[in-house]
Amino acid sequence: MSEVTPPKIPPANTIGLSRPDYIGSASTLCTGCGHDSITNHIISALFQSGINPYDLAKMSGIGCSSKTPAYFSNKSFAFNSVHGRMPTVSTGAKLGNRQLKMIGISGDGDTASIGIGTFIHMLRRNLPIVYIIENNGVYGLTKGQFSATSEKGAKQKSGNINQFENIDLCTLALELGCNFVARSFSGDAKQLVPLIESALQHNGSAVIDVISPCVTFNNHEGSTKSYDMIKEHNLRLQELGFIHSFEDIKVDYSEGELQEVTLPDGSTLTLKKLSQEEHDFKNRFSAIELLNQYKHKNQLLTGLFYLNTESQGLLDTLNLCEKPLAQLNEKEIRPTIESFEEILKNFI
Amino acid sequence: MPIVNDFVLNVATVNGSGSQSSNNIILKTLFRMGIPVGGKNLFPSNIAGLPTWFSIRVSEKGYTGRKKDNDITVAMNLQTIAQDIQELKPQGVLIFNDDLKFDRILLRKDTLNIPVPFRSIVDGLTKAIKLKKFLTNMVYVGVVAELMGLDMKNLKTCAKDQFGNKNSSILEDNMKAIDAGAAWAREWLNTQDEATFPYQVKALNKTQGQILIDGNTAAALGLIYGGCTFVSWYPITPSSSLAEAFSSFAEKYRQDEQGKNTYAVVQAEDELSAIGMVLGAGWTGARAMTATSGPGISLMSEFAGYSYYAEIPAVIWDIQRAGPSTGLPTRTSQGDISFVANLSHGDTKQVMLFPASPSECFEFAQTAFDVADRLQTIVFVMSDLDLGMNFWMDKKFQYPTKAFDRGKTLSASDLEKRKEFHRYEDSDGDGIPYRTLPGTQHPLAPFFTRGSGHDEKARYTESSETYERVLLRLKKKWETARQVVPAPIVHSSKDNEVGVITYGSTDVIMKEVMDQLIAQDLQADYLRIRAYPFHPDIQKFIQNHKRIYVVEQNRDGQMKGLLTQEYGALNPNIHSVLHFDGLPIYADAVCKNIQEQEKGALHV
Repeated sequence: MSEVTPPKIPPANTIGLSRPDYIGSASTLCTGCGHDSITNHIISALFQSGINPYDLAKMSGIGCSSKTPAYFSNKSFAFNSVHGRMPTVSTGAKLGNRQLKMIGISGDGDTASIGIGTFIHMLRRNLPIVYIIENNGVYGLTKGQFSATSEKGAKQKSGNINQFENIDLCTLALELGCNFVARSFSGDAKQLVPLIESALQHNGSAVIDVISPCVTFNNHEGSTKSYDMIKEHNLRLQELGFIHSFEDIKVDYSEGELQEVTLPDGSTLTLKKLSQEEHDFKNRFSAIELLNQYKHKNQLLTGLFYLNTESQGLLDTLNLCEKPLAQLNEKEIRPTIESFEEILKNFI
Repeated sequence: MPIVNDFVLNVATVNGSGSQSSNNIILKTLFRMGIPVGGKNLFPSNIAGLPTWFSIRVSEKGYTGRKKDNDITVAMNLQTIAQDIQELKPQGVLIFNDDLKFDRILLRKDTLNIPVPFRSIVDGLTKAIKLKKFLTNMVYVGVVAELMGLDMKNLKTCAKDQFGNKNSSILEDNMKAIDAGAAWAREWLNTQDEATFPYQVKALNKTQGQILIDGNTAAALGLIYGGCTFVSWYPITPSSSLAEAFSSFAEKYRQDEQGKNTYAVVQAEDELSAIGMVLGAGWTGARAMTATSGPGISLMSEFAGYSYYAEIPAVIWDIQRAGPSTGLPTRTSQGDISFVANLSHGDTKQVMLFPASPSECFEFAQTAFDVADRLQTIVFVMSDLDLGMNFWMDKKFQYPTKAFDRGKTLSASDLEKRKEFHRYEDSDGDGIPYRTLPGTQHPLAPFFTRGSGHDEKARYTESSETYERVLLRLKKKWETARQVVPAPIVHSSKDNEVGVITYGSTDVIMKEVMDQLIAQDLQADYLRIRAYPFHPDIQKFIQNHKRIYVVEQNRDGQMKGLLTQEYGALNPNIHSVLHFDGLPIYADAVCKNIQEQEKGALHV
């Protein structure tokens, strides 16, 4: 058996803030909503990672999920954009000010239907962002219509059966070259918090698809995303741990059972195998294969499916300067009068 | 007697045949000879194979707008030769490719018809089949140059500039083709009774201090020198060349000392994403823009409303083309005015700038950011295909030295001096609130941006009173905007009864129109609108004239509609003069239209 010594959480983090500094306004979602649990895990991850709230940009689209940025990190800027377009606004914001740490909260309607195009192209570009999908398989705000992540054969509260294939956002992300792909469950703090902490250190798009039951419209018998259904069918791939770069933690483990991954900032993600599955999270193709297998097994596999720590983000691709574009002044961005005359010569 | 420095040369070719270089050389040579010119490319929505025309207006008087009649046509395209022959002016000249197999009965008796044996001329130049097509085009350059008396030395320099990047043998082949064309024309002239060609050019001194440039390139330059740091765009005719020109200038001139880019360009997946990125960047304080055309504007409408309501600076260049729907993608129009004025659902009002020339494209590319930052809203720059893609002669641009106006932005040290900061509070009474930029390291700085109902503190609310209050404050900002946007240009000599109003690219014909009106004893004043909302001077002009004619390039008199909406009660005599066939407006028809309406008005 391996043993991970749990890190002692100090009352204040590395930048001197305490957990309450990361909370937001009171949630207006339904009591028991999975999204509120995710909000809590986000707060934990932000606090433990010592994220400067002023540097955090909370981004969202439209839907229940997209309301949640109001419920954490009140000291941060937020942009509750239009339906399905959060990835685009985030792309502009990150390029406008590269110092911003982007966290995007979306839902299954916002990502898998109206916003699937923007999601796909954000992944192609590898925008540095923690992209959390609060996935409940249903449109809550408009009262219970199926979303595109709802499984074929799933039953609506009104009794309707979903006749269409679902979109698996993790498989899609893997196929599009995403370098950080994970799935979790809103009730699983032990798994989700280290995933968010790791995602915050990733250079590129980090997709975490979080199954988050809708207590009002999708928690009945026949639903494929109810609490009971998830608890019964959830198979955790790994036990995850996260050691920050500033923590001095010794990990005791037996050879071969626990893997350590060093992230770009020097922190460490630890993975301990839990299921019978032999999965190499460094292999994109086997991750796709694994997800396809489980889709047919009627089981919900959660954990880290794929991670590439060598990921190069959009800012690298664009060879962007170190100073935020938004802060460049006349002297820095207005080319010389000599250049001006040189250009105009072509038009005489 | 030959006609000197006053004619239209029209070249009819096939799209994709490489005639653009040839036409550029002729145009540039005329320009460098000091003769005012305008070059308009009439092209199809097609890569290769469909007809295309290039029309060069030569005008000693400086009338460089479109003229409908062709004086000389170089007919190289079998598909259109019958039409090209018909569209020639009486006493005009048809220079045609004698290799084209068409019935010579089509040739008119009232035109001078010159058959040029292009194939045999080119056969004498090269054996490379691929090259023949291009050299054919250079042969007509030589023919035209010789007939009209273009300065050969000048022409050769222009050719050299045109092919400067190509290897020397290509340049040499092209020079030979020009010479061969010229030699053929000399021989032909010797066979004629009259030794001079009826249309001649003579060097002038009227292009000093001028440049020859298209509006999209001019705009891209303005962006480069006006502090644009972010561009996201989706390819669409006729706007693509604007974004592409920005990219190519930026690649060369916008790196920091470490060789890193001080800008970002993202080619988006669609126009919705393009404007989404622009808003994201604008939110952080970056000077961000996109360029598009009508169909793209339609897709951007949701974000346009978001920008208006959440008050995020952004700039959209609308290079208008002929709609509705896909319409005529390669034809010009001023048809997006009323659509953009209220773009997006709800009570939305949008700021528009109307550049009328390349130099104004250059200027407004900078101004638009200042206005957007000052007003914290989206600004539309309404150019069009004619201005954006055709060659306009204009005064050389001035290197900008003015500081960027970043508007009411509070830094951490500004906040330090304040007790409180509320994002949407009208603390100055001008309807414009203060804003902070994401990343500002101060406890007062962060706020929540949303397109849903919000109060002065940027908090979510569905309160009726607050909603109404915010909408009224935005209306107050709109009133403030009238003085922030560029004022109109007014040419008002005396107390004339008639006032003519235009905007944007229509201005190019107005010198000609006003001269013609004066010649017909019709005195009129002229005002050119440069922005919406309307500046108070526009109201004065409308009040001070008995009859107003709004000249514009759309079917429904869209600008007239906006003017009537605001000033209809002050002056019921606001009339339209319209042109909307997809081709650029021209002076003769406008003059005739105004005169006819005036006759009607005076007889009532």
